[in-house]
Amino acid sequence: MTIQTQLFEGALIRLAPIDHEKDAEVEARWTNDPHYLHALESKPAQPVSPAQMKKKYEAIEKQLEESKNSFYFTIRSREDNRLLGFVRLEWIEWTHGTGNLKMGIGDAGERGKGYGSEALRLLLRYAFDELNLYRLSAMLGGDNPAGLRFFERHGFMQEVRRREALQRGGKFYDVVHLGLLAEEWRSKNPKEVEP
Amino acid sequence: MTDNLFRGQLVHLAADEPEVLAKVSSRWAQDSEYFRLLDSEPPILWSEKKHKEWIEKELEKDSSDNFGFMIHKNDDNAVLGFIALFALNWNHGDTLVAIALGERDHWGKGYGTDAMRIMLRYAFQELNLHRVGLLVFEYNPRAIRSYEKAGFQPEGRIRGMMRREGRRWDWLMMGILRSEWLQLQQESG
Repeated sequence: MTIQTQLFEGALIRLAPIDHEKDAEVEARWTNDPHYLHALESKPAQPVSPAQMKKKYEAIEKQLEESKNSFYFTIRSREDNRLLGFVRLEWIEWTHGTGNLKMGIGDAGERGKGYGSEALRLLLRYAFDELNLYRLSAMLGGDNPAGLRFFERHGFMQEVRRREALQRGGKFYDVVHLGLLAEEWRSKNPKEVEP
Repeated sequence: MTDNLFRGQLVHLAADEPEVLAKVSSRWAQDSEYFRLLDSEPPILWSEKKHKEWIEKELEKDSSDNFGFMIHKNDDNAVLGFIALFALNWNHGDTLVAIALGERDHWGKGYGTDAMRIMLRYAFQELNLHRVGLLVFEYNPRAIRSYEKAGFQPEGRIRGMMRREGRRWDWLMMGILRSEWLQLQQESG
């Protein structure tokens, strides 16, 4: 028996490491879009310069090495290797097999093309079949029905609704916590039977 | 105006004192039931010295979003536990709260609920926050009842977040909004 599954390769995208030279410029540009920042974070939206972004990458890789409880991948197009987004697994508690997932596709024009779905499928396989986690969580704040549909399409269930935990433009929004158990994921992705 | 923001009917809140807190924390943590009601990390046994160093490091952090207090009994000033706000988001007026009573012969007698009421008053009247939330493990019904008494509403369950003693347990999340807290104050006169 051999193991030959390419964990990081999809049809449209691949999961890849950070490119410290090229990515900072692209990702810094995304931070000029407050909608993108609001979909990802509850902290105040703030544009980030390429130089600051490079420092952020250093910090991310340092944390990956030191903490052993997070993973970070860039999402790149297979076609021309351009940076599309990122996906991050964090707050892993190995004792309990739990972790939290965060992801983003930076350019509004690149959304709805299946890149995010493919990245999430790869990440779920990585989390459940490689890290052997028991469950994954994700959080969504604000007015983001597309985000909710995205996660629910991939089997996540709404588990918690933290009422009025976000305030934007003078209005309050709930923060929704979603969860997916390995057994739920596995029942939809039965292992291919080895010949 | 409230006479003393830090004083309740049974307990009062006071500043963390590393010396005192390290002593009691080290003793409390040897009670694995206490530890496992409080934390999802595996119970560990730290020396008093290690506890003190950790507390001192925590106290050095930026105090503008770190509100932690020791819980003292009103009648004899004994330290019963601690209560703290964490993950405070000023821009949304949202915070989480954690509470623990290490002295187990004082469990189930209303001390925790009283401390929580003081903390909620502090969060809503002094910090002017919009909501306070918390996490509690499903195997801690005593705490859940106390939070309900203090005015927290259930906000959902995170399924199977913990594996202990051979089975999976949910985490419950609860929250109270400023408007709900104000309503409670009116009702209680």
